[in-house]
Amino acid sequence: MTRTAKFRVWRGDASDGALKDYNIEVNEGEVVLDVIHRLQATQTPDLAVRWNCKAGKCGSCSAEINGRPRLMCMTRMNTFTDEETITVTPLRAFPVIRDLVTNVSFNYKKALEIPAFAGPAHLKPGEYRMEQIDVERSQEFRKCIECFLCQDTCHVIRDHEENKEAFAGPRFFIRLAELDMHPLDTLDRKRAAQEDHGLGMCNITKCCTEVCPEHIKITDNAIIPMKERVVDVKYDPVRWLGSKIRRREGL
Amino acid sequence: MTEIERHSFDVVVIGAGGAGLRAAVEARAAGLRTAIICKSLFGKAHTVMAEGGIAAAMGNVNSKDNWQVHFRDTMRGGKFLNNFRMAELHAKEAPDRVWELETWGALFDRTKEGKISQRNFGGHEYPRLAHVGDRTGLELIRTMQQAIVSLQQKDAVEFGDAEARIKVFAETTITEIIKDGDRAAGAFGYIRETGNLILFEAPAIVIAAGGIGKSFKVTSNSWEGTGDGHALALKAGGKLVDMEFVQFHPTGMVWPPSVRGILVTESVRGDGGVLRNSEGRRFMFDYIPEVFKEKYAQSEEEGDRWYADPDNNRRPPELLPRDEVARAINSEVKAGRGSPHGGVFLDVSTRLAPDVIKKKLPSMWHQFKELADVDITTQAMEVGPTCHYVMGGILVDPDTGAASGVPGLFAAGESAGGMHGSNRLGGNSLSDLLVFGRRAGAGAVAYFQSLSGNTPKVSDASITKASDHALAPLRNPGGENPYTIQADLQQVTNDLVGIIRTKSELEESLSKLKGFRARLANITCPGGSAFNSGWHLALDLENMLLVSDCIAHAALIREESRGGHTREDFPKMSAEWRKFNLVSHFTNGEVAVEKLALPEMRDELLNLFDIEELGKYMTPEELTRHSKGANA
Ligand SMILES: Cc1cc2nc3c(=O)[nH]c(=O)nc-3n(C[C@H](O)[C@H](O)[C@H](O)COP(=O)(O)OP(=O)(O)OC[C@H]3O[C@@H](n4cnc5c(N)ncnc54)[C@H](O)[C@@H]3O)c2cc1C
Ligand code: SF4
Ligand code: SF4
Ligand code: FES
Repeated sequence: MTRTAKFRVWRGDASDGALKDYNIEVNEGEVVLDVIHRLQATQTPDLAVRWNCKAGKCGSCSAEINGRPRLMCMTRMNTFTDEETITVTPLRAFPVIRDLVTNVSFNYKKALEIPAFAGPAHLKPGEYRMEQIDVERSQEFRKCIECFLCQDTCHVIRDHEENKEAFAGPRFFIRLAELDMHPLDTLDRKRAAQEDHGLGMCNITKCCTEVCPEHIKITDNAIIPMKERVVDVKYDPVRWLGSKIRRREGL
Repeated sequence: MTEIERHSFDVVVIGAGGAGLRAAVEARAAGLRTAIICKSLFGKAHTVMAEGGIAAAMGNVNSKDNWQVHFRDTMRGGKFLNNFRMAELHAKEAPDRVWELETWGALFDRTKEGKISQRNFGGHEYPRLAHVGDRTGLELIRTMQQAIVSLQQKDAVEFGDAEARIKVFAETTITEIIKDGDRAAGAFGYIRETGNLILFEAPAIVIAAGGIGKSFKVTSNSWEGTGDGHALALKAGGKLVDMEFVQFHPTGMVWPPSVRGILVTESVRGDGGVLRNSEGRRFMFDYIPEVFKEKYAQSEEEGDRWYADPDNNRRPPELLPRDEVARAINSEVKAGRGSPHGGVFLDVSTRLAPDVIKKKLPSMWHQFKELADVDITTQAMEVGPTCHYVMGGILVDPDTGAASGVPGLFAAGESAGGMHGSNRLGGNSLSDLLVFGRRAGAGAVAYFQSLSGNTPKVSDASITKASDHALAPLRNPGGENPYTIQADLQQVTNDLVGIIRTKSELEESLSKLKGFRARLANITCPGGSAFNSGWHLALDLENMLLVSDCIAHAALIREESRGGHTREDFPKMSAEWRKFNLVSHFTNGEVAVEKLALPEMRDELLNLFDIEELGKYMTPEELTRHSKGANA
């Protein structure tokens, strides 16, 4: 079952780089990350790559495989033909550090800009009561493994460095949605999404949803509902106030 | 000397898993300037991979549960070798630590009453594991990460600088603890991105660097699990306790080869999965050990009834503690009754409907579908043992996490030892991280405050020494490739220090391990120092070797079988051996192991057990302290 595959891997750093060709052994059942590891072990020990869990749980091994943002550890080699050359390049939306490793600090900066969960002051630890059905909406978004593939693919920032300042990106729209739908969060997230985090710049292309390895319905379940309700909130302050009051009473 | 970046903090936490982050929150809450250092990106630590849940006797699903029951289960799971005080603190404090997570935004699965739901797990008498599907570790790490961010947001408001009191140094690896006399004075390492060297001066250092799985060939651990924390403490004059106890999780993937070792969560069995051999037999019924006979179902029918009616039936033996199940699978495979790829079959499709499986075990479904072309809603999985967790770790004071022998050094989480005895119960790690992470953080704070300005200093000579050491593999031409050495080392531990051990093999392993020292001194890493994976591995290898050495040494000395240590030549558990821990230290470049008396359980804790049960573990003299004992 062993065969030789043709790989093309981007090698270089912030100053310069190029695609390099490798012929490398592939065995049954392997994923792209296995092959990258074999390159490291046998041909180019200093090849820079991030990974941790090797099972799609940590979101470390993000790269672009034949131009498509993917997790290397979840991309099976048997999805390619034997003749195909497999091209692996670093995420395009972020500055390269070396080889397949990029500087993703943009995302950590954005995380810092979103006010944390603010629970109700009158409930002590252990007193929280929530229905399963109510937590499930937010739970979908908390499946996020922070692979940042959605950030990488989103055209608003992919080739537009200038938009990064004002635009938090799909990963953080689901963070806002998660907090907004959290049964006990007390802050107004919708208005913030629009005014502080650039939700308005998203034009619902759904590219982010397509690449999400956790199959989170970023656009349908987070962005669109937030946009719709932002409209409600913006134009109907009385209704907005009402919803907040009801929610407090319901605690 | 190469340019070295210098920082100064009150408390430095090495590790950003659950233990490190909880320690950092505690230090920052006391107003101390705290650094968090980790090898990967922030939020990627090993903790993120935990699946099944976090154990805490909240009693939400079965109100009979309480800390005493949890304490008893933990001691039983560890075969009574646990540090009783740690097991006690853990059982008492775990519920508070879980509830606290909720106030930081965690969203656990719920019961009908809207409380945190709890699931069954091996060795836990009642449903006890708070969970979020099978991605509990992700919830824990994200919640802690967000708790850190929220503290930074407060600092941004108060000081105009989010990093004023808590700063994360991601992708930074510590290679050495620097001391001033006896006391810890700083931590030295390199930044992966640039390869630049970095020094943290700090009087209080918390090691929360996780486990050692990468020393073994088949493991559920990521590249980070190279025993750095264990080795750092050892080299700094600290001690490691219980290193012979390594947990082989019974169910890792066995096929395809590239994913061998990746974990199949115990929840699969907790939620009804059964184990069968190639003959279709539920073989676990043949492996219920004497000490557990009364607690487990004796027939398949009783085991099956237990899922619906746990009060009137005993649990199926698939839910025995991990060491028992791992050994049983090992024996079945050895006896030629294994699955095609050298494991056994684990099947949940016969008990649960496809949509229930997808809901309860989403990431398992996904994992098998995408990595092995197996649909677990209709097909059985092939599973076998995988090196998962090390019970052994840094010897600490149970209440404060202070590392024995080095003032200023603290440890928590998987890097610390004692809490789990000879075998850890599933779910007891995540709770351990939070309970003892918090305590180690508080210990570091108290120590810092007690210094009142009398802080240790880092000498120039120690910096030169540390930096020469770190740079050696980059400067050495013409030596060996680190990846080859790693593979060879893993093969030795796999073959000679694995699940089943014997005197001759352990002796052989020790002499083979010695041979690696010369090879390590002669590693070559081509390329520059910026994000050079080969160089990183070269430095990790030293830790992997040191840890393997401690495991093999201790395993050779302990002439009995208990929990995560099985000696073919001493197959029985011995009450005499239970009185001792084995403690490793590192003097003059050699690992040495000595016996240390196990602390004696306080009488009121001893009396939580039936004397008959204790009789299976303890010597007659020890039993006299029990209220029903001879002296009562
Ligand atoms: C697949 C899997 C599933 C599991 N499921 C469960 C479960 O369901 N329930 C349960 O209770 N337990 C479970 N465990 C066990 C549990 O997850 C771990 O024991 C626990 O997460 C360890 O946490 P920690 O905080 O001690 O360290 P880790 O989470 O391992 O983190 C270690 C940290 O230290 C850093 N570090 C290491 N070395 C250095 C260095 N030299 N310099 C700087 N930083 C360093 C790392 O970068 C990392 O940030 C599971 C383990 C695995 C592998
Ligand atoms: S839907 Fe919006 S956030 Fe998602 S990729 Fe398109 S523009 Fe970006
Ligand atoms: S939302 Fe999906 S694609 Fe985006 S970071 Fe999270 S897991 Fe990755
Ligand atoms: S290595 Fe963790 S997601 Fe790929």
